[in-house]
Amino acid sequence: MGDLNTYRAGPDEGGRFGIFGGRFVAETLMPLILDVEKAYKQYKDDPEFCDELEYYLKHYVGRPSPLYYAERMTEHLGGAKVYMKRDELNHTGAHKINSTMGQILLAKRMGKPRIIAETGAGQHGVATATVCALFGLECVVYMGATDIKRQAPNVFRMKLLGAEVVPVTSGTGTLKDAMNEALRDWVANVDNTYYLIGTVAGPHPYPTMVRDFQCIIGDETRVQMDEAESRLPDTLVASIGGGSNAMGLFHPFLDDSSVEIIGVEAAGLGIETGKHCASIKGGHPGVLHGNRTFLLQDDDGQIYDGHSISAGLDYPGIGPEHSWLHDVGRVKYVSVTDDEALEAFQLCTRLEGIIPALEPSHALAHVMKIAPDLPKDHLIVINLCGRGDKDVFAVAEMLGVEL
Amino acid sequence: MSVETRIKKMFDTLKAESRGGLGVFITAGDPDYDTSLEIMKGLPGAGADMIEFGMPFSDPMADGPAIQVASQRSLANGQNMKKTLAMVTDFRSGNDVTPIILMGYYNPIYSYGVDAFLKDAKAAGIDGLIIVDLPPEEENELCLPALKAGINFIYLTAPTTSDERLPRVLEHASGFIYYVSITGITGTASTTAADIKPNIDRIRASTDIPLAVGFGIKTAENVADFNTIADAAIVGTAVVNVIAENLDENNAAKSGLIDKVLGFVRDLSEGTK
Repeated sequence: MGDLNTYRAGPDEGGRFGIFGGRFVAETLMPLILDVEKAYKQYKDDPEFCDELEYYLKHYVGRPSPLYYAERMTEHLGGAKVYMKRDELNHTGAHKINSTMGQILLAKRMGKPRIIAETGAGQHGVATATVCALFGLECVVYMGATDIKRQAPNVFRMKLLGAEVVPVTSGTGTLKDAMNEALRDWVANVDNTYYLIGTVAGPHPYPTMVRDFQCIIGDETRVQMDEAESRLPDTLVASIGGGSNAMGLFHPFLDDSSVEIIGVEAAGLGIETGKHCASIKGGHPGVLHGNRTFLLQDDDGQIYDGHSISAGLDYPGIGPEHSWLHDVGRVKYVSVTDDEALEAFQLCTRLEGIIPALEPSHALAHVMKIAPDLPKDHLIVINLCGRGDKDVFAVAEMLGVEL
Repeated sequence: MSVETRIKKMFDTLKAESRGGLGVFITAGDPDYDTSLEIMKGLPGAGADMIEFGMPFSDPMADGPAIQVASQRSLANGQNMKKTLAMVTDFRSGNDVTPIILMGYYNPIYSYGVDAFLKDAKAAGIDGLIIVDLPPEEENELCLPALKAGINFIYLTAPTTSDERLPRVLEHASGFIYYVSITGITGTASTTAADIKPNIDRIRASTDIPLAVGFGIKTAENVADFNTIADAAIVGTAVVNVIAENLDENNAAKSGLIDKVLGFVRDLSEGTK
């Protein structure tokens, strides 16, 4: 990243974005990670690989997803023009499949018949189980026992798709422990297994690879915005857990200095309460799951669980490239509470007839804060990265409605 | 860089006595500070030649259930890095011979601050470090600073470490090579000396540094078996299991726990004779 004219050159050879990223894994895993890196380098620009990926993204996933002008939301907020990138319309209902499709085609070429994955809310697990069903590969999904209770419909979906869902009770039984358990599985099954990581975290090359597969979101947005308004957007807003949907939207615009970029973390009950998932606003740099990044941790370097209304944002870290973009100041990171996200969820549903997932509801809540004060020709794009069907039970409970 | 610590003296002694050594792993502060310290102090007398002292971590991803839970017990009782180093200082006031190797994950050290940690660890009497999630690719983080501070940095090699990769792992290896006998986490599968001999021979052909074997070693027979090809055998999970078996429902030590653990270690040490 010696080139000061671009924010898109990272990572370096060691997988670093500034001080963040890297390859902090056990020796047993190191050769596997180097294999994944080698295979990814070999195939990422291979015409046959790219054609196959494009084929499935178009005919199976349903890309490109629309860039939709949310007219009633815009009128309601009374300021900036709000566009929604409709990645919730993808097959399986979220952006996750952009990356699982890319990685499964890579795993196939690496000759790995067995796929493992971690999942929190279950969206990545469903997306992984889906592509495994499509290509007839064995699929094992690790999921925290606590999350299994909270996300029963997704657990059943994965099972219908033929995946084995392994409840994780170690540690605190949540997403971070599911990732630990997946890593333990990988160490024990080195020959036949590919670890399909769901977000822009983990050891190098995962943060880069997942980002590259998700960049289709931003690439399409650029073209679609040009068609709609004949220019670049002014502001991009996306929610951040690990940060894969945000990175996919942001990365293609990093070098467009006129574009303001905002990542929205989950403030849970409020950062001051300690019950949140805002790694940047409420954490500090540390090393976990193969990379250095901002983490929720105590003074002794022990990781603690975050809290969020949205299980998909419930990870105590954030992708290392986000940490770097925060450090260099290119992306602004803000946070939104559970209550604000819940209000945005309901507003979007009523005004636009779109039930958003609780994750992008956080991004939407921030748009609700900033749009009213912006001029009417200001163009905002929010990444609507998932649909809210999975969340209706949880929302009903929070609103005190009995189903 | 040659760094001579108690580890070298121990392997020299073992050689002079024509026997293999026994390394014993316990988690610092498991199940509580005082019990753990008493166990630690008793280990050399029970036949442990070196002590692998686990720094508890919330997310021990290379460890099986037994050592994960040991970390949780320790942390639940308020263990932290300062206390772990204080235990070593206390131990050293009565023992200046037995090597102590801190074993664990990088984040608690990174959080403590690498320079401060190395200074305090050296002062406490630490001889070596085994940091699971710091492969040679990340040697600038801690390995090279540790060598400069006079502390051995012990690398793990695994069955997956290829001939091509081995020189990279051995480049800054010091103290001893820790051969991970299985592809897996601690306390799960087991193998035999005969099974891993080709890999051990491969490593021996590339280095003169002593070699210890760990993961899946549970009995005196295992210790004796692996010491036919290694310079020492390391037992972790089996020892931690004895601690776990002697706790009450609140995870407090039952009376006799310390004797049972040390008795088990005494049995294990039969494998070194």
